[in-house]
Amino acid sequence: MTALAEPGAPALTQRASRRISDGLAGYLFLAPWLAGFFLLTLGPTLASLYLSFTRYDLLNDPVWVGMRNYERMTIDPRFWSAVEVTLTYVLWAVPLKLMFALALAMVLDKGIRGLTVYRAIFFLPSLLGGSVAIAVLWRQIFGADGMVNKFLGLFGYAGTSWISDPDTALGALIVLGVWQFGSPMIVFLAGLRQIPADMYEAAQMDGAGKVRVFIRITLPLLTPVIFFNLVLQTINAFKAFTPAFIISGGTGGPIDSTLFYTVYLYQEAFGFFRMGYAAAMAWALLVAIGFFTALQFMSAKLWVHYEE
Amino acid sequence: MKSSPARRLATHGLLAVASLAMIYPVLWMIGSSFKPDERIFTELAPLPTSLDPFNYVNGWTALPVSFDRFFLNSFLVAGLAVLGNLLACSVAGYAFARLNFPLKKLWFVLMMGTLMLPYHVTLIPQYVLFLKLDWIDTFLPLVIPKFLGADAFFIFLFVQFFRGIPRELDEAAIMDGCGPWRIFRRVMLPLSTPVIGTAAIFTFIWTWDDFFGPLIYLNDVSHYTVPLALRSFTDSTSQSSWGQLFAMSTLSLAPVFVFFIFFQKFLIQGIAMSGLKR
Repeated sequence: MTALAEPGAPALTQRASRRISDGLAGYLFLAPWLAGFFLLTLGPTLASLYLSFTRYDLLNDPVWVGMRNYERMTIDPRFWSAVEVTLTYVLWAVPLKLMFALALAMVLDKGIRGLTVYRAIFFLPSLLGGSVAIAVLWRQIFGADGMVNKFLGLFGYAGTSWISDPDTALGALIVLGVWQFGSPMIVFLAGLRQIPADMYEAAQMDGAGKVRVFIRITLPLLTPVIFFNLVLQTINAFKAFTPAFIISGGTGGPIDSTLFYTVYLYQEAFGFFRMGYAAAMAWALLVAIGFFTALQFMSAKLWVHYEE
Repeated sequence: MKSSPARRLATHGLLAVASLAMIYPVLWMIGSSFKPDERIFTELAPLPTSLDPFNYVNGWTALPVSFDRFFLNSFLVAGLAVLGNLLACSVAGYAFARLNFPLKKLWFVLMMGTLMLPYHVTLIPQYVLFLKLDWIDTFLPLVIPKFLGADAFFIFLFVQFFRGIPRELDEAAIMDGCGPWRIFRRVMLPLSTPVIGTAAIFTFIWTWDDFFGPLIYLNDVSHYTVPLALRSFTDSTSQSSWGQLFAMSTLSLAPVFVFFIFFQKFLIQGIAMSGLKR
């Protein structure tokens, strides 16, 4: 049979085969990610949910223990220290970081000369801050004869070793977190650029003062960016690991005062090989992060101002 | 809004003090890396009296394995990670941005969902998987996931960028008889240097700085990356050689610093565009 016999058919089959080949191409292009998704994400996510109901030490097969890991969590004092330390860190570091970021972005947005230099300097810590090198440096800075105490000594104040005092060790880590306000600052700067100049002009015509302009115009128009930064920084703060691990030498000490959730999870998994318990902790973390993110999204209706 | 010269001067003064305070710790560390230990603990000023690199020379070989090995390992891991991320994320990004295939929406939603997933959730089964594959104490667990597009964030970056490329270009190429692969290679990639640059730089920096992955997957000292080596430096030498430790710390930050100096625009645009993590 020749193609001439049915004039409509070749075009149709061509289109159909085109669609199939496009679909095939799509899956070929997606193949690496799909393999990764199933082998490294979906599979392991389900596996860790299963492991969270088992006792597993890597050497022997997992043993089903039902809810026991989750029950142990409720009465494990170190788990609750870890929760408290992490929440304290999140609740201090995130708002302070965002406040510094916004304040500096406001100052820099005034079309100041040398903007790029200042912006670069403020940004540098967020690029370096997560490294082991900076964590090591922080250990010295807040140590007994560290930089902070040398500085305080100039004013005749003798400081203690901040990182070996359980009351101040977490504070040093919060300072390290806040020090990295550069990247949310850059997001704020980009957000401030989006605010149309005529909004400010209109407000000035009405004789609004600076504070009023900030509260009535800048802040509401910036709320989507604030929200974005808040969600992202909160999730990242929950996941902080390296500084606490390095500064405390892997212990989360002194007396668990810097036992970040991730540090405790690491200890349980790779120190004591309680893989089942660690998997349960990971799932609890996922639920906690999901909860806080959902809370932020729900509260967004009350304070985030979206333009129609 | 014109402000008075006095006000502007005050703002500059304030900003100058603030910026100095911000980078003072880093300057102090670099300065200390040129000082003998006894002076590190007595001096607040960062400026060293000489630029004699004795701490660098001694620190380089202070561990059982010397730092050329650690730097080589780090460059190898970071280089492969960059290659993997660019390959896997660009093709996946192209599929999502331009091709039509069944279940595309579902995969896209799942891909975005993995962005939210804390890596701890997959950590233990992944470790078990790599253990069963006998990959522990090799670079494979640090590198292979990148070739499988595990950093979904960069896929998203590529999708966003490809969507911005005018479709007329694809259509012209289709007229010329190009298939998806040739369109991707000949039309999309040549136009994508900004996003390729951003993805490469951020992958490099994040992999270079990564501590957690090497910590759990690498055991033998000769396989250590630079961050792990720095950690064992702090363990093995106690308080006695801060100068050497700072010298090696400074060197470990050097590649990131180089990127910061030469590709700052990329970095800042990347952050501003998408509010990258950290």
